[in-house]
Amino acid sequence: MAIGSARVAAPPAALGIRVRELLDRERFLGPAFVSPALLLIGLLVAYPFCMAIYFALSNAFIGRPSQFVGFANFINLWESDAFRQTFQNAFVFTGAAVAFKLVLGITLALLLNQQLWFTRLLRGAVLLPWVIPTALSTLAWWWMFEPLYSVVNWTGTALGVMDPPGPNWLGQKYYAMTAVVTVNVWRGLPFFAITILAGLVSIPKELYEAAEADGAGPISRFWHVTLPLLKPVLAIVVLFSTIFTFSDFNIVYVLTHGGPINSTHLFATLARQIGLESGQIGQGAAVSLYLFPVLVFVVWAQLRFVRKQAY
Amino acid sequence: MAVKRRPLRTKILLHLGLLPFLIFALFPFYHMTLTSLKSDRELYDRQAVPLLIQQGPTLEHYQKLLWETGFLVWTKNSLLVTLLATTISVIIGTVAAYALARLKFFGVATFGTGIFVTYLVPTSLLFLPLAQVVYWLGLADSKWALVVTYPTFLVPFCTWLLMGYFRTVPKEVEECAMVDGATRLQALTRIVLPIAIPGLVCAVLFAFTLSWNEFIYALTFTSSSEEITAAVGVTSELIRGDIYFWGGLMAGGVLASVPIVLLYVFFLDYYVSGLTAGAVK
Repeated sequence: MAIGSARVAAPPAALGIRVRELLDRERFLGPAFVSPALLLIGLLVAYPFCMAIYFALSNAFIGRPSQFVGFANFINLWESDAFRQTFQNAFVFTGAAVAFKLVLGITLALLLNQQLWFTRLLRGAVLLPWVIPTALSTLAWWWMFEPLYSVVNWTGTALGVMDPPGPNWLGQKYYAMTAVVTVNVWRGLPFFAITILAGLVSIPKELYEAAEADGAGPISRFWHVTLPLLKPVLAIVVLFSTIFTFSDFNIVYVLTHGGPINSTHLFATLARQIGLESGQIGQGAAVSLYLFPVLVFVVWAQLRFVRKQAY
Repeated sequence: MAVKRRPLRTKILLHLGLLPFLIFALFPFYHMTLTSLKSDRELYDRQAVPLLIQQGPTLEHYQKLLWETGFLVWTKNSLLVTLLATTISVIIGTVAAYALARLKFFGVATFGTGIFVTYLVPTSLLFLPLAQVVYWLGLADSKWALVVTYPTFLVPFCTWLLMGYFRTVPKEVEECAMVDGATRLQALTRIVLPIAIPGLVCAVLFAFTLSWNEFIYALTFTSSSEEITAAVGVTSELIRGDIYFWGGLMAGGVLASVPIVLLYVFFLDYYVSGLTAGAVK
């Protein structure tokens, strides 16, 4: 490079100039380096987001010019039973799934943090549900909940905890919700367990020794040492999981399609049904946008409490 | 800690405590594989034990899947989309992450926050308007739509992950090189990237996994049998009108997971460390 060789040849007296040149380059190089990412985000994230807002305020329909209708979509949604059911489902689903993942995740992490045989193999096995394509692994669950041949019911009956034929998991309201929550917990637990485990490992051993010397039993050590020090990790994990559980699509789409009678619909699956299957893009976009306040909350909480440093 | 040797009994109890978690995590895979290897006769025999294969394993479901459905085409599509999207995203993410971690320029903080926010945007928030954008780009019902849209969630992810790795590279090493006459670009390619190779491997693995597993965009932007990916093909085209499709469906689920399982087996430690880098959806 011509400039490079000229700089190498420059006498040490030119150090000041060289530093300035470097700063100039940085000012140029920085924007050049971020521009591909910026272009991509602008074109395929920010712009579609503006479109989503426009769609939500219009009566857009597949293959038809649209008109501005104000908040009509949002008002219509609130008057529809399907949407109100979905709204309720989203909170029940997220609340139940995140709570279970948190409690089971802490338990599993505590167990994995002990001296065990086959540590690596165990971690590998525990993490597996998180790695396999969700749409495909949910098919396995679908088969496990199949009314005639359900292996869950077969086992339950064999163990004597269910009366044959056992519940029709995907055909009854509350059972269907239980089923989708179960699959979500199954899929999300590894993320909780492995991340919390990393948090546990980073707690200094001395603190436990000190607590033990002061006569603290295992339970009080957990409440007074482990839990307070895990708080930041737990906050990150819960915030992450909240947004991605709230916006879940795959599990419900494959397992129940939102049924029976909308009792497991989430915003994403309802948005697809309204926006694509019945073609009312405007209405569908309005449903999707209900995910936005949750996103804003999670981003705000992350920036405010978890990462003190911006970005 | 004064290393106390746990009594054997405690250790066995600990493992017993883990057992329910292991069964919960692994049983669906066991059952899926088992079902894919069973003959239809045994599969739909209500007197049979669903937990075992008693009438001999068979590969008939796999044979049907490979030769009588579009499975191979779907897998080829998945591979193409995943490889391209991963390559593009890791490159764009690497330069952006380097700029965020090292360079000072106007708007760097805003850009960093922007990346972080984008990283949290769920795909299900934007799939409807994106479908419209894809249509305008002339990519409706084409796998190329996926190559174009997957970077929207992969780039923020790679940037975020790699930024963390780049920050762990001591600034002094790079400054030394530049004092010796290396340009910024040379410092990046010859000094920083080689040190950050574990981070790059992680980024590639996660980007590959995320795009192989992606479902809602693939389901929305593609529909014809020649364009869909493996996950969409298996979930939408293998289900026939009658109830006797389970063997083939499970075989599809197993086979379409194979690439990810292979990567996972070889790079397990990278998956664990990438996950704990807090770098995860």
